[in-house]
Amino acid sequence: MHLGCRPEAGGKKVVVFWAMGAEGENVQKLIPEFERRNPDIHVRLQAIPWTAAHEKLLTAYAGRSTPDIAQLGNTWIPEFTILDALVDVQPWIDRSSEVKKENYFPGIWETNVIDGTIYGIPWYVDTRLLFYRTDLLRQAGYDHAPRTWSEWFDASKKVRARATDTSHYAILLPTNNEWAPAVVMGLEKNSTLLRDGDRYGDFSGPTFTAAFTDFNNFFINGWAPRKTQQIINVYDAFAEGIFAMYITGPWNIGEFLKRLPASMQGNWMTAPMPTADSVYPGVSLAGGSSLVLFRASKVKDESWKLIEYLSEADRQAEFYKITGDLPAVRESWRDSSISSNKYIQAFYRQLERVAATPKIPEWEQIAQKVREYSEIVALDRMSVHDALAALDRDVNVILEKRRWMLDHEGK
Amino acid sequence: MKGNKEQMAKARFKIVSRREEGTASSLLASWFFLGPALLVIVVFFFLPVLAAFLMSFTDFDIYSLGNFQYARLIGLRNYTQIFHDPLFWKALQNTFYFVVVGGPLSIAVSLCAAMLIHSKLVKYKGVFRVVYFAPVVTTLVAVAVVWRFVYHPRFGLLNYAFGLLGISPVDWLGDPFWAMPAIIVLAVWKNFGYTMIIFLAGLQNISESLYEAARIDGASAWQQFKHVTLPMLAPTTLFISVITMIGYFQLFAEPYVMTQGGPLNRTLSIVLLMYQQGFRWWNMGYSAALAFVLFLVILAASLVQFRIQKGEAA
Repeated sequence: MHLGCRPEAGGKKVVVFWAMGAEGENVQKLIPEFERRNPDIHVRLQAIPWTAAHEKLLTAYAGRSTPDIAQLGNTWIPEFTILDALVDVQPWIDRSSEVKKENYFPGIWETNVIDGTIYGIPWYVDTRLLFYRTDLLRQAGYDHAPRTWSEWFDASKKVRARATDTSHYAILLPTNNEWAPAVVMGLEKNSTLLRDGDRYGDFSGPTFTAAFTDFNNFFINGWAPRKTQQIINVYDAFAEGIFAMYITGPWNIGEFLKRLPASMQGNWMTAPMPTADSVYPGVSLAGGSSLVLFRASKVKDESWKLIEYLSEADRQAEFYKITGDLPAVRESWRDSSISSNKYIQAFYRQLERVAATPKIPEWEQIAQKVREYSEIVALDRMSVHDALAALDRDVNVILEKRRWMLDHEGK
Repeated sequence: MKGNKEQMAKARFKIVSRREEGTASSLLASWFFLGPALLVIVVFFFLPVLAAFLMSFTDFDIYSLGNFQYARLIGLRNYTQIFHDPLFWKALQNTFYFVVVGGPLSIAVSLCAAMLIHSKLVKYKGVFRVVYFAPVVTTLVAVAVVWRFVYHPRFGLLNYAFGLLGISPVDWLGDPFWAMPAIIVLAVWKNFGYTMIIFLAGLQNISESLYEAARIDGASAWQQFKHVTLPMLAPTTLFISVITMIGYFQLFAEPYVMTQGGPLNRTLSIVLLMYQQGFRWWNMGYSAALAFVLFLVILAASLVQFRIQKGEAA
């Protein structure tokens, strides 16, 4: 099927919409109402598994068969703007009564803005914060989650000291598959991660070094297990008390409710990230997915209507009920289904203080490098100093093309 | 006798000359018949290979996808970078592990299966052939779902069986030490049926009289296997070992669906690394260079194998 001759089902305009994973499977339930309200538009939804989404979007771009509108992880937006595949949505926002910047969490909105231009509308949001065992922390003398880093380290020390079993730790920092904890700590120490207009890595700079030294202390002091791939099932391990704290995301609320034994349900809670200075909560990652319009689309106005529809506060709350995805529109959080969930409240607070990772296409590759070196340091194969120097060296190789591009454009 | 020979020589001459007469038209006919196939091979094989070869000297990446001007000719830099990439060495090591352990294992299993099916004592040979061949024609993704259950650390069949023997459960796909053996077992199970069929054809070509002669000389079953079956199967074995090795060097689908290269990159193969570089990070130039490095590795390994088997034959 070519782009130019999309069949118009019975004279209707066809909007092709790609959505990923659980969202792709579930958003179908919201479509009939949209089509009822807009009888001249037919939405053709394609659900794409997350594992194949990135490749499919890029090959669609290369083959000139991009959809009209798609769900895009907000760290992917920079890549598609480099390709010039997306359009600036400001003109539609200006005309819209539904989509307004002030309805959204500022840090999340910001991830959609590349060099001053807005390319996407947040659909649902995601961030990382602390899940913790209230009973274990209480035994260590904490009736609340740690609010500062010094409380955090102190609580870790005490939980570990009280552990009767040497295989019981204070916190799980899974360096075998997560880069987020190290990066969150770096952001909290005001590291920009990269420097000189994202031309070079700044991981060996003083701010990230300070954060990474504290990160490494969790391993040196025995507060966190070094070999994390041995923890096969985090839910069992959390219930057994193998660790009392875990930095993870909103999807785990549902998983914890489902997988922890009933006896454990009263003993866990969520809390925003602790702060390294005095501003509580500490900063965390601005994650989530946005809805974007593709430049090649011939039905942009109709597609925008779908974006507007999915951004209505009621639709956002409804989508939360179906998928458990946290709504991007703040008003939806007043819905009783959300406001009655005590585990979610910490996320609202955290989302008020989130920061974007560097908005360049190379970021995911760099993040993987951060994870690799976190693991090397956690396994005590390199010192913090050597690891960060090596990390910067690798990152600078990854960024070589970007530097050349920026110089090239300058000429 | 003499006259007969002359006649034959004349007849042969006639045939040859008739062939020469027909050269122009038969050449046309052969082009006509070969043409479509050659065209397809050129368009879908030689041209892409050539394009990939040229691409391996550029830094074609995500920026170049948006604008071709942003692809630079960088000579051999992709290749030098490969040799400085610890992931490449890790992947090469894993791939060799897979080929060296999985290859001979796969050949041994398929030979055993072929011998069993070939045995006169076996009834319902057709059924066994189908059963052993079934994994080859089943799609790997469907197979992988089943094997993931077999390997499941808590509910898996394998750990259940080991549990009966009193062996504590192993996280087959999550443990850096066991992940590759788990992949090898899956790959052998998936692939041995194909080589088994070829071995079976080889076995059927061995004349029964050789075995009879050996038995008259008082050879035991093992001696018959060693001195009749194996030497007679040598050409088949060479063919099978070469295609198995070439196939196993291109290990991809098994780790792709089972482990995504993990844990700790212990199941990362060269082709999986190539795929990740090409389609995950979109470093097409680097990925193309990896493909040619793998080609050289396979070529070298095939030559070594031919040399060894020739030496054995002599």
